Amino acid sequence: MSRRKTLLGVLRALPTYVILSLVGAFMLVPFLWMITTSLKPSGTTFSYPPDLIPDTFDFGNYVNLFTLAPFGTYVLNSVVVTTLTVVGQVAFCAAAAYGFARLSFAGSKSIFVLFLATMMIPFQVTMIPLFLIVFKLGWVNTYQGLIVPGISSAFAIFLLRQAFLTIPRDYQDAARIDGAGEFTVFFRIFLPLVKPALATVAVFAFMGTWNDLLWPLLIGRDESMRTVELGLAYFNVTSSAYEQPNWPLMMAASVVSLLPVVLVYLCAQRYFVAGISLSGVKG
Amino acid sequence: MTTAARVGAGLDAPSGQRPARRRRRRRNERVGYLFILPATAHLVLFALVPILFSLYLSFHEWTSPSFLDAPFVGLDNYISLFSDDPFWHAMYNTAYYTVLSVPIGMAVSLALAVVVNQKLRGVNVFRAVFFMPVITSWVAVSVIWITLLSPDAGLVNYLFRLLHLPQQNWLDDPHTAMFAIVLINTWKTAGFSMVIWLAGLQAVPPELLEAASIDGAGKWRQFWNVTLPLLAPTTIFLVITGVIGGFQVFTPMYVITEGGPLGATDVAVYHIYQRAFEEFSMGYASAQAWVLFAVIFVVTLLQLWFIRRRGESNLI
Repeated sequence: MSRRKTLLGVLRALPTYVILSLVGAFMLVPFLWMITTSLKPSGTTFSYPPDLIPDTFDFGNYVNLFTLAPFGTYVLNSVVVTTLTVVGQVAFCAAAAYGFARLSFAGSKSIFVLFLATMMIPFQVTMIPLFLIVFKLGWVNTYQGLIVPGISSAFAIFLLRQAFLTIPRDYQDAARIDGAGEFTVFFRIFLPLVKPALATVAVFAFMGTWNDLLWPLLIGRDESMRTVELGLAYFNVTSSAYEQPNWPLMMAASVVSLLPVVLVYLCAQRYFVAGISLSGVKG
Repeated sequence: MTTAARVGAGLDAPSGQRPARRRRRRRNERVGYLFILPATAHLVLFALVPILFSLYLSFHEWTSPSFLDAPFVGLDNYISLFSDDPFWHAMYNTAYYTVLSVPIGMAVSLALAVVVNQKLRGVNVFRAVFFMPVITSWVAVSVIWITLLSPDAGLVNYLFRLLHLPQQNWLDDPHTAMFAIVLINTWKTAGFSMVIWLAGLQAVPPELLEAASIDGAGKWRQFWNVTLPLLAPTTIFLVITGVIGGFQVFTPMYVITEGGPLGATDVAVYHIYQRAFEEFSMGYASAQAWVLFAVIFVVTLLQLWFIRRRGESNLI
């Protein structure tokens, strides 16, 4: 009886599954194409009709990536820049958000409004003077130049402030009565309570920094300071003008650049969704 | 404190407590400033100063990053902007991209959200699959799609041939290049808007849909007359942020077409980027950036005004 019911249910849902699978294929085939192309011999030009699944798999591109191009350096740069940006953003923004949400001091409201106001100015407006400032500081082609401008974010402060505001005041008072100082209250009581929001901020900072192109393009001018994204973009831009690009090699590079992001996504899926829904609620 | 406690503590409470409280409050204030100090210093140095500096730049003839005493030229940069046809061509392309990409992206992502909002076994897997392009970087996306859209050996044209559709030059043809980028953009970002739509859909009370269904409304009428009006806050949010994002588009044009072919995908930010960092006309490029910002600002205000006029002021 119940088996027949589930069978009926599946039959009724069949059209939906067909639609889902078609859209799913549209979303996934480009990734499949990327992976299989990366497994074709280096320098292969495309055949017609396109072969989505090659007969033999050749892992040579992945070796070439690290021996022919300084891709290892790019990966290291990306890891350093992303890690420090994420840690910095979480620390800076959590502290500021706690200050705005939980401590009273003169000018607190107007300073917070100032933060919100800067969110309205697009990056393109500040990009040129920001570059000039970093240039004057002598930070072009340095880790500081890549990291420091992105180490705090008004949006992250806004998001974390909302999280701190939801915690009942009694927690703060109870801890104070027990003689805890402001820093103990912050580290021992409030930070653990907003872990999900901290994770959301960390995930967004990670994605934004790892996938960013524009800022590294301005600051990472030397080959030794390129990030993975920038290295990949240079493969693309420089090769297409003069010669047939080495697509299999570039696909292998794309796969490598994607791996950490997919890994983080699989581990922290719900924080992605939470963060996006929250940014939607904000409007 | 009770009198007994006051006596017990051996303090003259009224006069002894007030300075203590004030001291504590002052300490509290200092702690507050300490907490916001790093982020605020960062804000001043890397957001406020650049904004003011950018305004300053736009009134100067600034041509090299090491050149500090650039001559003041007043409104010259802004005046020459008005007769700068390539800039307005880029602005036109930007508007064209926005008008095309926002509705297509919203319709596709809403359809996806409606489909994955059903209670089905395995629907979470599909949600995750639809989200995959969102987390992929633009550079990787460009590498993938340049090859998929290759006119003679690409998978897309191969499919078109199988379906007896005309072959396209996609990114190589000035007439289709922008449309191709809109398609790629839809593929990449639909999963993101889908999640926002999904949050909206899940807030629709099921009783309302039930009531409509009892009144004889079919699935389509329920969707058009009940669900969609209730999604108005989400729709407004996506239109406004989508238009702002559309006017600021840069990366796909940089990595996929480099503004070509024949300037067909030269958009405002790409144009500004080239003025500033390839020609080093930083003053002129700053003026362009402010004009772009003014356009975005006015377009956003117009949208808000339109929404308010339609009597949905409670939504913003």
